[in-house]
Amino acid sequence: MFEISRLTGWLHELLSSWMPEWLTTTVECVLIGAALLVLYALLALFYIYFERRVCAFFQCRLGPNRVGPMGLLQSFADMFKILIKEIISLKNIDRFLFALAPYLVIIASVMAFAVLPWGKGLQVIDFNIGIFFLVAVSSIGVLGILLAGWSSNNKFTLIGAMRSGAQMVSYELSIGLSVLTMVALAGTMSVTGIVEAQTDLWFIFKGHLPAVIAFIIYMIAGTAETNRGPFDLPEAESELTAGYHTEYSGLHFGYFYLAEYLNLFIVSGVAALLFFGGWAPLHIPGWEGFNGVMDWIPSWLWFVGKAVALSFVIIWFKWTFPRLRIDNLLALEWKYLLPINLFNLVLMVVVIVYGLHF
Amino acid sequence: MEELKNTIAGKFPKATFDETDGLQVVIDDAHWHDLALWLRDAKGFDYLIAVVGQDWPEAYGCVYYLTNTFTHVILSVKVTAASRENPMLHSVSDLWANANLNEREVYDFYGIIFINHPDMRHLYLRNDWVGYPLRKDYNDDPSVNPVPTENEEAIDTTVAYIEAPDGTVTKEERVVFAPEDFVVNIGPQHPATHGVLRFRTALDGEYIKKIDLYLGYVHRGMEKLCESLAYPQMLHFADRLDYLSAQQNRHCFCLCIEKAMGLKVPRRAQVIRVIMDELMRINSHLLFAGTFCMDLGATTMLFYTFREREKILDIFEKTCGARMTFHYNVIGGVAQDLHPDFVKDVKALIPDLHKALKEYHKLFTGNVITHQRMIGVGKLSKADAISYGISGPSGRASGWSNDIRKTHPYSIYSELDFDEVVRTDGDSFGRWMVRMDEILQSIKIIEQLIDKIPEGEICAPVPKVIKLPVGHWFQQVEASRGAIGFYIESDGGVNPVRVKINSTCFPLAGVVDHLTRGTKIADLITIGGSLDYIVPDIDR
Repeated sequence: MFEISRLTGWLHELLSSWMPEWLTTTVECVLIGAALLVLYALLALFYIYFERRVCAFFQCRLGPNRVGPMGLLQSFADMFKILIKEIISLKNIDRFLFALAPYLVIIASVMAFAVLPWGKGLQVIDFNIGIFFLVAVSSIGVLGILLAGWSSNNKFTLIGAMRSGAQMVSYELSIGLSVLTMVALAGTMSVTGIVEAQTDLWFIFKGHLPAVIAFIIYMIAGTAETNRGPFDLPEAESELTAGYHTEYSGLHFGYFYLAEYLNLFIVSGVAALLFFGGWAPLHIPGWEGFNGVMDWIPSWLWFVGKAVALSFVIIWFKWTFPRLRIDNLLALEWKYLLPINLFNLVLMVVVIVYGLHF
Repeated sequence: MEELKNTIAGKFPKATFDETDGLQVVIDDAHWHDLALWLRDAKGFDYLIAVVGQDWPEAYGCVYYLTNTFTHVILSVKVTAASRENPMLHSVSDLWANANLNEREVYDFYGIIFINHPDMRHLYLRNDWVGYPLRKDYNDDPSVNPVPTENEEAIDTTVAYIEAPDGTVTKEERVVFAPEDFVVNIGPQHPATHGVLRFRTALDGEYIKKIDLYLGYVHRGMEKLCESLAYPQMLHFADRLDYLSAQQNRHCFCLCIEKAMGLKVPRRAQVIRVIMDELMRINSHLLFAGTFCMDLGATTMLFYTFREREKILDIFEKTCGARMTFHYNVIGGVAQDLHPDFVKDVKALIPDLHKALKEYHKLFTGNVITHQRMIGVGKLSKADAISYGISGPSGRASGWSNDIRKTHPYSIYSELDFDEVVRTDGDSFGRWMVRMDEILQSIKIIEQLIDKIPEGEICAPVPKVIKLPVGHWFQQVEASRGAIGFYIESDGGVNPVRVKINSTCFPLAGVVDHLTRGTKIADLITIGGSLDYIVPDIDR
């Protein structure tokens, strides 16, 4: 069975055999950073292609199918287009904040990337409050969106940003609480700890009812958190043209676009981590043969596969439902999801205390 | 009719009558407002169909078309201004809400000032426009009104001419938007306005305080152009009004001219016209379903409805040779005979439509989010619908039965068995459901006719040069979005003296402010989408 941890271990030994320790660390940091950025870009390109293709099939179309085999090169072409586009400079804006906003958005998602459990032993940082760190850094994104809307000096972007602020701050509560529910089940905040607690059985099965409720709420809140349909009010194109990023062009716009797709991956990645065992293969207690076969599938494929499958569900939402209105959106969170979530947390605690889980 | 005439003559001895096309009361401005008030309150003329401005050799004035929504009697009133130098009429915008925009249009084109009208601003033209284009002595030299190179500054005030009890008229300035209002320009280029329509919207957070409507971004001056064209040449404008009611509009224009000529259209042509009208209605409602869902964020529905609409366009293309501006109806009949596949194609279409409608309801109508977005949003009462002149499916959703096919049957509609879809919700959901159900009724009409298209001529013989007798005619037809009306006034020559297109979408645009006050931005999109206006039809 091939695991990437062997490759990284070999690399570490190779470097430290002819370098001092401080240099080894530096070189490794640079390598990891570069690998992360490449992965980031490639995943975004894959997601753009994936969404366009999936939505085309929902809509009785073919989607991109001309550039490269099955249109696979289409998103590369789009990327190069956006790289060479002019960044139009605007009058009467706060230049510094205007330029800062897309970076804040993208930094939030790159940092969240660092703690995702890509595979067995394949994780950039693994510290004891990993999941807490993830929730914290993903909140930076809303700051970037608010800044973008505010600094553009445009009424549409301002309304979009304010909507986005209200929406993301509200739905972070639900995300936080459903994450907390699962952390309570795992008994640890460490990402590795959470995954390892699921190697025998995934949490969605182990925690049965409260876990399923937490999963459904997490998926709804996660969709809202990524500003995707049916929660795409901040950029509701039929109302606010393009919402908070109306005034952006070229690469700056590209960053928002990229971050949106990567947030989709992060949200589904975290869902895979919390409910479907992260990189842990599907194990059913007692079925030794079946478990053995499942172990043959590499762990990173498990993780990416689960994340993409969950993203498919989120994409499915977007291309099926009409958009909510701002008051419906807030009512859904504050009147329904939050009370259910709080109740669910208590239910989970009861389940754990009395050992009612599997 | 005779009785009404005698009562009016008794009460308003100064009134005279003209009966070339229905009953027309001719009255001077001094008695006009009293007559209007009496007609509305005592005689039940609660719906103002059209306001036709005109520059007669003797005076400027207007023809008002009124109807009683119970008896469906149509009455027109011709009012002339006393002075030619400074033409003024009394406004009836306090009696019928849709007179507001209609009178602004007349002011814009004829320079007739309406006394007591709350908002005497230009509607289509720029504020710095010189002259009044539809006056007969208008100077159309391009140097008088050169193409502007500067933006027009939006002015936040308007003027009103208020009459004191002693009869003196004073000019008053009124505020449209106060300086502290947060005014957002929605349009003219905006994804949800379905064209170049501009709403200046005062917002309070997400709530809409007031909407000020700006029109004229696609105004093509059709009415003015018609005055220099021969009758067959004018017809093509009808296809370019509401391009989703192209067949019905042109049908109406032809009917109006045929009525004036006293021409009998062959039976085959009549049947073909009706089938085409109903296909066009289905086409339009399908497009409505798609774009409305897209406005609400359900993009996928657009493709589902376009899939079926495509089949209808293919049928049109085979017979008419075009998919958009068909130019199919001509004076006396239709331009070409049906394509040999026509019957077969239409028969294949009908089961597909039934299946597709079920799918649309499954995908969209039953959705919880859809209900939250539509039910109770933009509620229009029946009285308001009549006052604002919201005819067609939007009016029928408010419980107002106003289908011209039933109230004043034209062509062969009186022989056909179909129901007028009327709902009482009055909200966006009602407007959505009315259109969905109307597709079924249109299918029913087509099913009755498709096997019974008689053989024979497709066009009556018409003279090479068409001249209408002296007089004026008004004809209405039920288009996809409501009652389209054409008014033609002729002096006996080859060109008309005046053509007025009473468009279906103009009142729809006028009601947006009324419906959206106090709602949210997202509701503006829902309401606009559910009213389903087409901008080229508003602007003409």
